[in-house]
This record gives sequence, structure tokens and C-alpha cells, in this order.
Amino acid sequence: MDLLIPGSGLFIWQLVGFLVLFFLLSKFAWRPILDALKVREMSIQEALESAESAKAEMAKLQADNKKLLEEARIERDAILKEALTAANAIREEAKEEATKIGNKMIADAKAVIATEKNAALNELKNHVATLSIDIAEKVIRKNLSSDKAQKDMVEELVKDIKVN
Amino acid sequence: MTVYQNKLNINKLASLVLVLFVSLFSFQGAFASDGHEAHGEETKEDKTSFIMHHIKDAYEWHFVDGHYGTLYLPVILYSSDRGLEVFSSSNFFDADHKAVAYNGYKNDHGHIVPLEEGRSVLDLSITKNVAMLIITLVVVSFLALKSASHYKKNPGSAPKGVASFLEPIIIFVRDEVVKPNIGPKYERFVPYMLTLFFFIWIGNILGLLPGAANLTGNIAVTAVLAILTFIITNVNGNKDYWKHVFATPGVPKPLLLVMIPVEFIGLFTKPFALMIRLFVAITAGHIVLLSIIGLAFLFESYAVGVASTILSIFINIIEVLVATIQAYVFTLFSSMYIGSAVAEHHHDDHH
Repeated sequence: MDLLIPGSGLFIWQLVGFLVLFFLLSKFAWRPILDALKVREMSIQEALESAESAKAEMAKLQADNKKLLEEARIERDAILKEALTAANAIREEAKEEATKIGNKMIADAKAVIATEKNAALNELKNHVATLSIDIAEKVIRKNLSSDKAQKDMVEELVKDIKVN
Repeated sequence: MTVYQNKLNINKLASLVLVLFVSLFSFQGAFASDGHEAHGEETKEDKTSFIMHHIKDAYEWHFVDGHYGTLYLPVILYSSDRGLEVFSSSNFFDADHKAVAYNGYKNDHGHIVPLEEGRSVLDLSITKNVAMLIITLVVVSFLALKSASHYKKNPGSAPKGVASFLEPIIIFVRDEVVKPNIGPKYERFVPYMLTLFFFIWIGNILGLLPGAANLTGNIAVTAVLAILTFIITNVNGNKDYWKHVFATPGVPKPLLLVMIPVEFIGLFTKPFALMIRLFVAITAGHIVLLSIIGLAFLFESYAVGVASTILSIFINIIEVLVATIQAYVFTLFSSMYIGSAVAEHHHDDHH
């Protein structure tokens, strides 16, 4: 039972000792430590928050960059498409022009050929006429009597034609 | 919650006290019966008497056998007729190490009593436990002040040295023990809880050192700590707390006749449970440890010696764990009691 009865001396010493420890440490140890911990925790919290906001800013910047790039790409595509269309149009136009010119040239050539042909035909007609007149003149001039003479003369005339 | 808690505590308390009594009596009984049966009564008694010797307080600090193995501590007595008297406890022993009376006092089984009948003295001696208390206070103060100086010298820097050892524990006590149990007004109580935790923890661990005294396993020490928690709890008790005790809300009027005494007793059982829990845990640990060591001396066999050494190392490691757990539990329950006294209740039937 001795164990279960608190000794008065130890009780008093413990009370005094513990209270001294409590007041001493409260003032000189726990308060400064707890305050320092609080300050540090706050600064860590702040640092974490600023890091978080920096991260958000970074993400925003990246998103902006991406958007800009996307826009630039779209613009480039549009420009390319426009240029292609323009080039095609120019090509088409040029082709049309060339065809037109070609056709005109062909038409001109045909006209020239037709004119020439008519001229040649006219000349030929005139020549034939002249020849016919010549032959007729000769026939008339010769005063043909016999069949033999006529025949010879025709042959001669034909020879003449050949020469011509 | 509190009624359930009380019930739990009372149950725990009852069982712990029972266990303690049974273990004490079984020890004494075992030794006594051994002594009566065997012829060497004195020697067997001597071989295991060191256990109870260690558990109890003493006026001298016995390290090893022999005259120089003992530190005689100062005896301080105060009496109304003689005033303050200070002398060495070695005066109670003569040259042959026989107990003698000195200056009108004698050392009667670890208590100084005056020879004259009817005189009463206040014994303020630096006993073994008081010396141990002073050592514990010095160690705790050193650790705490040393780490505090780090924060003062390097504000805002990471902890280093002693501070890095204490800081996680301080944060643990603050964030895991005090804050969740006391609530928003916790900050006022953190210094007390830290002092409590470190005193009990360091005291428990120092008590495990070879040759050290069983300070935190002494009921006077645990009683002081429990009484301080009791005072802090009740001084800080708010209206809800006292209303809960003397006019428990939601209880019919006739039942209050029963409830008020129960709640009133509950005020005292809580600190009583604190006192007993720490005392029993540490004392029982020391008894178990010393009993296992004592086996070697009792059986005087190498095999038992080896076995008891291995087992005592194992128990010692467990005791380090118990030392920490008991410090944690004492702080935790103190926080819970204070928390229940300062909590703001916004509801009527909280049971």
C-alpha cells in the first residue's frame, strides 16, 4: 500500500518543479518556438500559393501562345488557299487568252488561204479563158479542111497544153 | 460522449487497480511462501527485494553494492518547533551500515519519523525521486531552451540539431493532440500540453536507464500532473460545461437526482484515471523488467540468465514504446478533458 500513498515531500517538489518548468518553458521555449513555427508555416503557405499562381500564369501564357499559333496557322492556310485560287485564276485566264489568240490566228490564216485560193482560181479561169480564146483563134485561123488536118491540129494543141 | 468515457475510464481504472494489486500480492506471496518453504529465507528475500526497493522512493541513491556505490542524498525536514533541518541521509547509517537514529529521527522503512511521540514534521528531503525529478527538469529544460535558441538565432530557417529533434514532436502535439481535441481555443493550452508531454516522456525514458529512479511511476508525481489538468479543466470550464454537470440538458427532472452525483463524481474520476494510468503503466513496466532480470539471480543458472537477458532487452524496447504511448495518452486525455470544458455546444441532447 506504500506505493499508492503519495509522499508529501515528493508531491510538493513535483508541484513546484513542474510549475517552474511550465512557466520557464512557456515563456522562453514554447512561445518562441510556436511563434517561429507559425511564421514559418505562413511563409511556406505564401510560397506555395505564389508558386501555384505562377503556375496558373504560366499555363495561361502557354494557352495564349497556343491560341496565337493556332490563329497564325489558320491565317497562313487562308493566305495559301487564296494564293492558290489566284494562281489558278491567272492560269485559266492565260489559257483562255492563248486559245482566243490561236483561234483568231487560225481564222486569219483560213481567210488568207481562201483569198489566195480565189485569186488563184480567178487567174486559172482567166488563163483557161485566154487559152480557149487562143485555141479558138488558132482553130479559126487554120481553116480546117480535112479530118486529118483537124486531128493533127488537136494533137498539136494538146501538146501545147502539156507544155503549158 | 463523457458518460461513456467515464464508464470506460472507471472500468479501465478498476481493472488496472485490480491487476496492480494482484501483481503486488502475488509477488509478495510468492516470495513469502518461497521463503517459508526454503531454508535460506533471508537470501531468497534479498535476491528479489531490489524490485520493490527500486519502485519505492528512498533517501539514498543506490547504484552498486558497497559504501561508495551509494549516493546519500540530503534530508530536509521542517517542523514547527525545530524549524528547518538539513543533514545527509548517511547519518542514518553507522560505520557497519546498520540503521541508526539521528538527531531525534529514524529511517523507518523509507520514511523519516521523529522518535518523540506526537511531533509532526514535513519531509522535504531530496529523495531519489526528487533528485530524478531535478535531472528530468534539467534535461527537458535543456532540450526545449536549446531548440528555442535556434529559432531565435535563425528565424525562418529550417530546424537543426536539437530543434530538428523536438520540432516534429511539438508539431505532432500541437496538430494531432491539442488542436483536434480542444478546438478553436487550443492555442492557450499548447504550452501546458507540451510541458506535460515532454516531462512525462523524458521522465519515462530517463527512468528506464540503468540505475535511474522510477519517477513517473510514482503516484505523487502522477497525482500532481492529474491535479493540474483537473484545475485547468475546471477553471476553464464554460457555462455549457457546468450546465452539463449540474443540469444535464435533455434529462427528466427526477433523473437529475442521479445524474448530478454521477456527473459530479465524473469530474474527479477523469483526473483520477489519468493519475492511475501513468502510475500503473510505468510501475508495472519496471516491475516486469526487474522481475525478468531477477529470474537470473533467483535461479542462478546460465541458461536462465541468457534467456532473461534476451527477454529483458525485448521488454526494455517495449518499455520505450510504453514510455512514449503513456506520454501521448496523458496529453491526449488532458486535451480531451479540457476540450470538453471549453467546447461550445449548440445542441441540447448531446449524449
